[in-house]
Amino acid sequence: MKILVFVKQVPDTDDVQLDPKTGNLRRDGVKSMMNPMDANAIEAALQLKEKHGGSVVVVTMGLPMATEVQKKALGMGCDEAFLLSDRPFGGADTLATSYTLAKAAEKIGDFDLLLFGRLATDGDTAQTGPAVAAQLGIPQISLASSIEVRDGWVYCDRDLGDRVQRVRAKLPAVVTVNGGINKPRYATPINIMRAQKKPRTTWTAADLGCDMTKIGTPGSPSSTKKVFEPEKRNTDTQYLTGSPDEMAKALADLLEAEHLL
Amino acid sequence: MKSDYKGIWVFAEQENGKLHQTVLELLAKSKELQKHNGEKITAVLLGADVAALADTLFAYGADAVLLAESEALREYSARPYQKVLTELAEKYKPSIILYGATPLGRDLAPRMMVALDTGLTADAIDLGFDEDGVFYQTTPGYGGKILAHIVILERRPQMATVHPQICEPLEPVNGAKGELLVENLAVEGDAEYEVLETLPAEKSGESLTEAKVVVAGGRGVKNEDDLTMLRELAELLGGQIASSRPLVDNGMLPHDRQIGQSGTTVTPQLMFNIAISGSVQYQLGMQKAKCIVAINQSEDAPIYDIAHIGAVVDYKKLIPALIAEIKARRQ
Ligand SMILES: Cc1cc2nc3c(=O)[nH]c(=O)nc-3n(C[C@H](O)[C@H](O)[C@H](O)COP(=O)(O)OP(=O)(O)OC[C@H]3O[C@@H](n4cnc5c(N)ncnc54)[C@H](O)[C@@H]3O)c2cc1C
Ligand SMILES: Cc1cc2nc3c(=O)[nH]c(=O)nc-3n(C[C@H](O)[C@H](O)[C@H](O)COP(=O)(O)OP(=O)(O)OC[C@H]3O[C@@H](n4cnc5c(N)ncnc54)[C@H](O)[C@@H]3O)c2cc1C
Repeated sequence: MKILVFVKQVPDTDDVQLDPKTGNLRRDGVKSMMNPMDANAIEAALQLKEKHGGSVVVVTMGLPMATEVQKKALGMGCDEAFLLSDRPFGGADTLATSYTLAKAAEKIGDFDLLLFGRLATDGDTAQTGPAVAAQLGIPQISLASSIEVRDGWVYCDRDLGDRVQRVRAKLPAVVTVNGGINKPRYATPINIMRAQKKPRTTWTAADLGCDMTKIGTPGSPSSTKKVFEPEKRNTDTQYLTGSPDEMAKALADLLEAEHLL
Repeated sequence: MKSDYKGIWVFAEQENGKLHQTVLELLAKSKELQKHNGEKITAVLLGADVAALADTLFAYGADAVLLAESEALREYSARPYQKVLTELAEKYKPSIILYGATPLGRDLAPRMMVALDTGLTADAIDLGFDEDGVFYQTTPGYGGKILAHIVILERRPQMATVHPQICEPLEPVNGAKGELLVENLAVEGDAEYEVLETLPAEKSGESLTEAKVVVAGGRGVKNEDDLTMLRELAELLGGQIASSRPLVDNGMLPHDRQIGQSGTTVTPQLMFNIAISGSVQYQLGMQKAKCIVAINQSEDAPIYDIAHIGAVVDYKKLIPALIAEIKARRQ
């Protein structure tokens, strides 16, 4: 079985600074990491490989520095990594991203299963997985909290909040996984070192044979028109004062008065 | 041509013949949009034996209902729904399509984005037209410190999934009538996708949405001992433990405990926010709580913008004192 796992590099913080002049993200000084749910997707892929054999291939679209997350993925046990990195890929919304990722999947070829994180912590649209499935015209299972493969079908529980839906889709299919699906294994420094020998390839837009009007900024129908600070609402906050004990008493008084104790 | 596209569409999500609550909210929002662009509001209803829902959609503000019924659409699956909705959108050319940001909406809408080769804004918390007359969708970005207006300038339809509960449904006008358009489209079920069964979810506790008291902890809650302290307070008040996103990201609590845009929305009588800064995304999930208590050692934390009671102090000092005080009063 050949499994492709799509892995994104994201900033290692929620506390990203905005350049007040340009409204763009300040990337300098911000550390990056593998999108947490993508580690879950890799773990799911590795467990399936342990059971059914085959190979696990990671695909990342991003800046050259995204090789760091690829090294981690290989250190966890993936077999091969592809980085899609080229200036014209920049500024992609999820439509352009899904087109580019689908082109890479087609070039890698004869895949059985495409795994995604449910969402990435920075853009957080959760649109990429289903959009790639649509690009390839294959079925999808989003929000998976379990995964199994039997007789050419993938079986998952979908976590819908108040309900769990058990579904199956015929391979090849896209599955997007939740953080709770498993506990990702750790890529030890030794394993990351050893994984240096595993094959890593970088592809440009030309390598993928992309239609240049479908990638990056030209291929992205959506854009940001304006960024602004949220309006401050003013409630009259009643502040507690004094020592912690005095505060505790005052708070208990207030709650008692509101019949909340 | 952009100008060939007219009309506001609301995807009328239904399951087992029951409309999802967000559909009514989207109809109300569409009425606001209509004041600006004057375009017809159409609810697009896909399913089997669902025609009776048309009256509800009219009552809540739809000018028209576009109905496509087929056995293949009885239960949602992505590809048949994508196929039918694509055919309809290509035929009628709406300028806007709105979906609830529900599990179903977020499964379907990205496929529609690809099928119609247009833009899709994710999980918008507001929609409107700006000073240039451009349709925008508001989403929070970058840790919730800023908001962004996302626009789809050139392509049509302009699409968005919209966060639940960002606006109230209109008062229904019973007996309201509109235009009913029935489409008979050939569609087959998906032979490569099957729902096997649906079970109620196992929960790590009672449902948060019903809780009268919620005690939520944030990034300042560093370890199990700190969390145990919060649990004790929650138990003492007959409430539920919850958190902002960091404690879910680091695995201290399961996702069903997360409050906010990508978590649960709560409306308790009493809401403790402990070591939580109060990002836009977090506030979306709790701003309707009756009595909001904030405990945060940084006095300029945004949570104080909406707090009724504030304590600028290390919670590790205040919470034990509060637990002792409540216990003493109950003796
Ligand atoms: C604040 C913000 C808001 C945005 N809003 C929108 C919007 O409303 N609409 C829109 O179309 N775009 C939006 N974008 C752009 C969007 O983030 C990018 O297109 C991004 O490349 C992919 O989307 P995502 O981060 O939302 O990933 P998601 O769709 O949330 O990611 C899901 C999964 O897709 C895979 N994946 C995603 N990106 C990559 C990648 N580069 N390489 C490999 N695998 C990947 C991973 O498995 C990931 O776990 C926004 C970006 C930001 C920063
Ligand atoms: C697309 C997207 C969706 C998101 N969805 C959600 C969501 O659904 N829910 C959510 O919560 N977040 C969400 N986030 C993350 C959000 O932007 C914030 O990063 C997050 O809410 C911050 O959590 P916090 O307040 O606990 O942490 P921080 O912002 O780090 O705040 C911690 C606070 O604790 C205080 N503190 C620390 N120690 C103590 C102490 N000992 N005593 C008193 N005070 C102390 C500090 O002063 C600080 O104000 C989302 C982000 C993105 C980009």
